[in-house]
Amino acid sequence: MRFAVIVFPGSNCDKDLYYAVKDGINADVKMVDYRENSLEGFDAILIPGGFSYGDYLRSGAIAAHAPIINEIKRVANLDVPILGICNGFQILTEIGLLPGCLMKNQQNKFICEDVELSVENNQTVFTSDYNYRQILKIPVAHGEGNYYCDESTLNELNKNNQIVFKYCSNINGSVENIAGISNKKGNVLGMMPHPERALEEIVGSDDGLKMFQSILKSHMDRVNL
Amino acid sequence: MTEPTAEVIRETKLYKAWGLSEQEYKIITDKVLNRLPNYTETGLFSVMWSEHCSYKNSKNVLRKLPNKSKRVLAGPGEDAGILDIGDGQAIVFKAESHNHPSAVEPYQGAATGVGGIIRDIFSMGATPIALLNSLKFGELDGEHTKYLAEEIVAGIGGYGNCIGIPTVGGEIAFQERYSNNPLVNAMCVGVINHSDVKYGKASGDGNLIVYVGAKTGRDGIHGATFASDEFADDKETQRSAVQVGDPFMEKLLMDACIELVHEHSEWIMGIQDMGAAGLVSSTAEMASKAGSGLIIELDEVPQRETEMSPYEIMLSESQERMVLCIHPEFKNDVLDFFTDKLLDAVIIGKVTDDRQYKIYHHKKLVCDIPVSGLVDDSPEYKHTGSRPKRLDISDKQFEPNVEDLKSVWLSILKQPTVSSKEYFYNTYDSQIKANTIVKSGSDSAVVRIRNTNKAIALTNDGNSRFVYVDPYIGGQLTVIEAASNIVASGATPIGITDCLNYGNPEKSEIFWEFEQSVEGIASVCEKFDIPVISGNVSLYNEYNDKAIFPSPMIGMTGLLEDSSKATTQGFKDAGDLIYLIGETCDDYNGSEIQQMQINKVEGRLNKLDLDVISKRYQKVLSFIDKGLIKSCHDVSEGGLAVALSEAAFEKKLGFKINLNMTTKQLFSETPARFLVSVSKDDRDKFEDAVGDEGKQIGFVANDDFMDIQTVDSEVKINLNEALSSWKEAIPCLMKTE
Amino acid sequence: MTLVKVYVTYKKSILDPQGEAIKKAVHGMGHTIIQNVRMGKYFELTVSDNAQNIDAEINEVCDQLLANPNMESYRYEVMEENK
Repeated sequence: MRFAVIVFPGSNCDKDLYYAVKDGINADVKMVDYRENSLEGFDAILIPGGFSYGDYLRSGAIAAHAPIINEIKRVANLDVPILGICNGFQILTEIGLLPGCLMKNQQNKFICEDVELSVENNQTVFTSDYNYRQILKIPVAHGEGNYYCDESTLNELNKNNQIVFKYCSNINGSVENIAGISNKKGNVLGMMPHPERALEEIVGSDDGLKMFQSILKSHMDRVNL
Repeated sequence: MTEPTAEVIRETKLYKAWGLSEQEYKIITDKVLNRLPNYTETGLFSVMWSEHCSYKNSKNVLRKLPNKSKRVLAGPGEDAGILDIGDGQAIVFKAESHNHPSAVEPYQGAATGVGGIIRDIFSMGATPIALLNSLKFGELDGEHTKYLAEEIVAGIGGYGNCIGIPTVGGEIAFQERYSNNPLVNAMCVGVINHSDVKYGKASGDGNLIVYVGAKTGRDGIHGATFASDEFADDKETQRSAVQVGDPFMEKLLMDACIELVHEHSEWIMGIQDMGAAGLVSSTAEMASKAGSGLIIELDEVPQRETEMSPYEIMLSESQERMVLCIHPEFKNDVLDFFTDKLLDAVIIGKVTDDRQYKIYHHKKLVCDIPVSGLVDDSPEYKHTGSRPKRLDISDKQFEPNVEDLKSVWLSILKQPTVSSKEYFYNTYDSQIKANTIVKSGSDSAVVRIRNTNKAIALTNDGNSRFVYVDPYIGGQLTVIEAASNIVASGATPIGITDCLNYGNPEKSEIFWEFEQSVEGIASVCEKFDIPVISGNVSLYNEYNDKAIFPSPMIGMTGLLEDSSKATTQGFKDAGDLIYLIGETCDDYNGSEIQQMQINKVEGRLNKLDLDVISKRYQKVLSFIDKGLIKSCHDVSEGGLAVALSEAAFEKKLGFKINLNMTTKQLFSETPARFLVSVSKDDRDKFEDAVGDEGKQIGFVANDDFMDIQTVDSEVKINLNEALSSWKEAIPCLMKTE
Repeated sequence: MTLVKVYVTYKKSILDPQGEAIKKAVHGMGHTIIQNVRMGKYFELTVSDNAQNIDAEINEVCDQLLANPNMESYRYEVMEENK
């Protein structure tokens, strides 16, 4: 299985994601520059956290105009799994692959801490190795992670089972404690917490590892069909 | 504007306004140049000979600090010092103050301080792995102090979070003397392979000088001399342009420089950051180190503003700029490389062999000075110190009032210097790169080195109250405190970077504090064989003629060969036995409880026995190495009472202790004591190993109470009540009306 | 009620990193007629009807809070708002 990690100018969790795939699940992974225009041959696309373009103007706003974006939209249509973490989530909402937006944290401050998450949907390619409502300990680190959408969108999200992760306590003002959502088809997931920082007990938790294992396993299942 | 002629500068003594004394001007005219310097040249001398660049007031004292050990690969004089950690790898680190800019524009001042120290690390070719900071603010009782604290912390986080280097630790202390002159000291640590080290050298006749990064504006002109000047209210208006940090630009610059060093080492001779005194300081130092000369073409320098004078271009402190010295045959490779990284890079000059520093502007030679004149010929001042009168006090110890133990205990947990700093630290990304094993809040931070078993322990310390009441012993204690923190995490101290923050050294009492405390620091470094490999000095920290407390900050690094042995301060399991290692004496002068109860600190400190402390460190390290102890906490501010509380807070485990000491001794700050917990199964092994030095004082309990008995009192404190006192203190103080 | 619109921008000599990054993105989108971008802050202050000395107070608020005179300048417009 072959993963792509998209690198925008200013991305800073790109290497962490790279190691998560390479060392965490021993899969093939390549860094892909934002100027590329093909994602042919990749089985999963990872959009890392960080501060693409310094988060200037609005987080994700400038990255949304990079050349690679059209290709990301194209492969999203082909059901390729796309995972956006933190800034990656912000970018996915900016380019319309996911609904809603991420506003400044309610407390108007950057927040970095280990938080508890509940797996609200374990039927996705990203979460199949978790149990339903399993509680995970995974760090967050963001200034703009306050998920917001209008009421009809929220109803849609609930109806279609698109809310994948919820915070156990509301850390940033997100509606319904939303920490991560998927698109309707379930192949695009955006989340604020950083599973790539929770792969080993020595750094505080290994609860993020199953996320990458799920992606790998789902792929193998598809290939073996 | 037409620039004054050399004669006019001499007649009007314009140089004095730029900080050059008459005597210094005379050295320039009679010894260095044998002619009058023109406007540009006078400007260059004024910054290069400022305290900030030349250390003319402090060099003599700094020589006392040891800077050698078998690990030292590079010491003071480079952008940062380098220490061998084995297996062909090394760590690179430095700390730097950004006090004055942070007082003027706290967010940007702190942010650019972080940006500057990061550049010092990657300019050596190293990959930054961690940031720390030591902050000193006024008491959080006025709106201005709160504003400074809030903005400085936001600036540090804003820059570090964006560039993606974890901010893993540090210290924050509060004292009225810092109200208008906060201290912002930032430290950065990087990792490098020995073979990749690059020094800031411009050598080889005909090699090219490349300018990379942000364009030059009139930012912070005379920042270096500004940093060497005192503050007063009336300066509010006459400040020159504030530098604005651009962490996005620096991220591009950092990644590019690291890749360049790793992949194309043969293209480059040297890299240097443009820090204080910008282009002139960086290029002159590069030439000086190589014993060469330079020609700089100012028309080539990328400029953000129009009609900048040579003086302004050379002295600008615009951020996020680097200078490289490259081989001419790789010119196009280098320029193309940076273009691909979205960075502006241009050739601005070349290396010569005549040892002259020449600058051309609009085809005219505007500066022609011997490199050594700029870099090496600044005078050195030997000030004479005089012992401050406040020290003429008996060595009698302060008597704390501990009649109501519970209330004193809870009050001390609420003191901002003691209480939880989560309010600030949670705004820093401390986990990016996924290597942080122990983050802020324990004695020291621990960061593993990826793809090895090793980890580095890091701490920033400097209790300025002790230095104020007794500069020599206080100076010693700054190193002891840092070393105790490193040892408590299980690491062996291997090196120091320092920021030496003081008032105006031309005042004899201030100079005495400076000299004495540095001697104190040096004595412990010598004894423990911990070299000081980098650092900076920040003098003239005064506001309306009142100086800050003498505030040396020690940034210490320690090495853990086995990262899995990193130890934290919190009790781990109920039933574990609690021991105190090291004798507790009556040490209340300069303590937290003295400050809390009489709102000032005074009195002499007890002498230290460095031999005993050194042996104790070895012992504690061997306990951790053998896996005999489950937690280890250095006992410091607030004494045993605070250490016990903090150990209990981590996993919310109560304890029951019975102490063979007086109640007041719970708050004594006798240095280099360790609070450790041991599994019952290891009791015999541990007691054999610790001998007389450690006494069991109690055990970890499976309840919500801190149950304390001393020789003269007994109290039971609800753990949750204590925890909320400790946790809520700062958020509560930071609330604005 | 009176509406006061306050615009705060970096002084000309101060670097505006966000403006620079936005400019590059705008150029990347092909809008090369845009030569420069400077980013600022915009505030709406609603002032009570019977307020005296509006200018003095607004200036004070701007000088001491909304703008840092060390690096930012500001201007404002006083509007009569429809009730």
